[in-house]
Amino acid sequence: MPTAKIPPVLRASTGGEKEVDVDGETVGDALRSLASQHPDTERQLFGENGELNRYVNVYKNDEDVRVLEGLDTPLAGTDTLMILPAMAGG
Amino acid sequence: MATGAELIRQIKERIEEVDPREVNDLVEGGPNGTLIVDVREQHEFEEAHLPGAKHVPRGHLESRIETAAPDKSKRVILYCQSGNRSALAAHTLQELLGYEDVASMNGGITLWKDRGYDVEVPRSLTAEQRSRYSRHLLIPEIGLEGQMKLLDAKVLLLGAGGLGSPIALYLAAAGVGTLGIVDDDEVDLSNLQRQVAHSEERVGMPKVDSAEIAIKGINGDVNVVKYQKRLDASNIMEIIEGYDVIVDGVDNFPTRYLLNDATVRLRIPVVSASILGFDGQLSVFHPYEGPCYRCLYPTPPPAELAPSCGANGVLGVLPGVMGLLQAVEVIKLVTGAGEPLTGRLLLYEALGATFTELKVRRDPDCPICSRDPESISDEEMGVFPDYEAFCAAAG
Repeated sequence: MPTAKIPPVLRASTGGEKEVDVDGETVGDALRSLASQHPDTERQLFGENGELNRYVNVYKNDEDVRVLEGLDTPLAGTDTLMILPAMAGG
Repeated sequence: MATGAELIRQIKERIEEVDPREVNDLVEGGPNGTLIVDVREQHEFEEAHLPGAKHVPRGHLESRIETAAPDKSKRVILYCQSGNRSALAAHTLQELLGYEDVASMNGGITLWKDRGYDVEVPRSLTAEQRSRYSRHLLIPEIGLEGQMKLLDAKVLLLGAGGLGSPIALYLAAAGVGTLGIVDDDEVDLSNLQRQVAHSEERVGMPKVDSAEIAIKGINGDVNVVKYQKRLDASNIMEIIEGYDVIVDGVDNFPTRYLLNDATVRLRIPVVSASILGFDGQLSVFHPYEGPCYRCLYPTPPPAELAPSCGANGVLGVLPGVMGLLQAVEVIKLVTGAGEPLTGRLLLYEALGATFTELKVRRDPDCPICSRDPESISDEEMGVFPDYEAFCAAAG
């Protein structure tokens, strides 16, 4: 089962969990699996049109899914999804 | 027994002497297999020498010439100050060491200069600098050449806070010649948990002044340029122009986007880091050689997903870790050593003690770096789609 890594700013929405096991054969399915387990993440991940929000970067292992097949990018059980927020602290 | 002057005259009859004009033709003609060797003392060579000349002082001629001129069949032209020492050295090479094609330049570098030909004035470190930077000089990736580049470098630090403090101290120690610092803030007691360039007795002082004191305390040779202002669209171009590398440690998104757009326009590389809590991110945005900040983050997150360190806190050591990783990248960019973190994003998570590296690609549709830099207008810089809403939400 793929693992989704949760950034600190989203952990309030996952009950503090840093990693969540997610179901799905694509990135989109996996993120929706995350959203169904932790509904508060849905609004942060997806826009009203069901697309990934532009300010959310999602990586399959070390590659941005935007340069792969986006939400349709296939996932294997050993893959890791990294949800990455921009940070501006200095 | 011959006098010294007679000996020199006799030796000059036995060797070939060439006129500086002939040597100048060779120098101007580019590489041609002829080796030009300066046989004077170190301090004379350091003052000025012929372009491209190798240096083998006459006192070490026999022991060192073969390193400089391993092929004894190739032409070697020696010179000194006035043509006497080089004549004697040419005689040694020819008669005792078996060099087949040796000449001495008539009149030496004195006549050469009188004719108005070019000389190279090599730069060198002072004795104090050689001592101060000796550990850099010992590592081949930096060495004398790299240290000279650091001494010539102009690096701009955006922010003299958590990230800027350790960067300023270490880049000063490393010998970066000019450090510009942009910060409009004053030192506050709550800064001292992490902003190590400041101190208790400087609470209330402008951070640029406090940082200057810290920098000068480590290395008085550093030229500190202070900008006690907030970077904005009206001043960014005049502040950043002319710097070789910019170090981004600013604490807000609008300035990061503005900085990105201005640096793409001016083609200045940015070493960027951000921190929050126990997490840090680091990358190098080198315009047109790799992605820019907008390729990585096309739009900023809404305010609730982008808390500030002031609101959410940060481990005091974290900006030290991330700032020093930035300082390393600055030194690599300046000296050309190693592989810069261009096109890669390094994540550090302090609680788990993990580093993760992600790929960052250039976005072929990037609103800024997919275009010709000259076409980026003042009005576009720092603007992103929800700018007004973002800034309103961020307060």
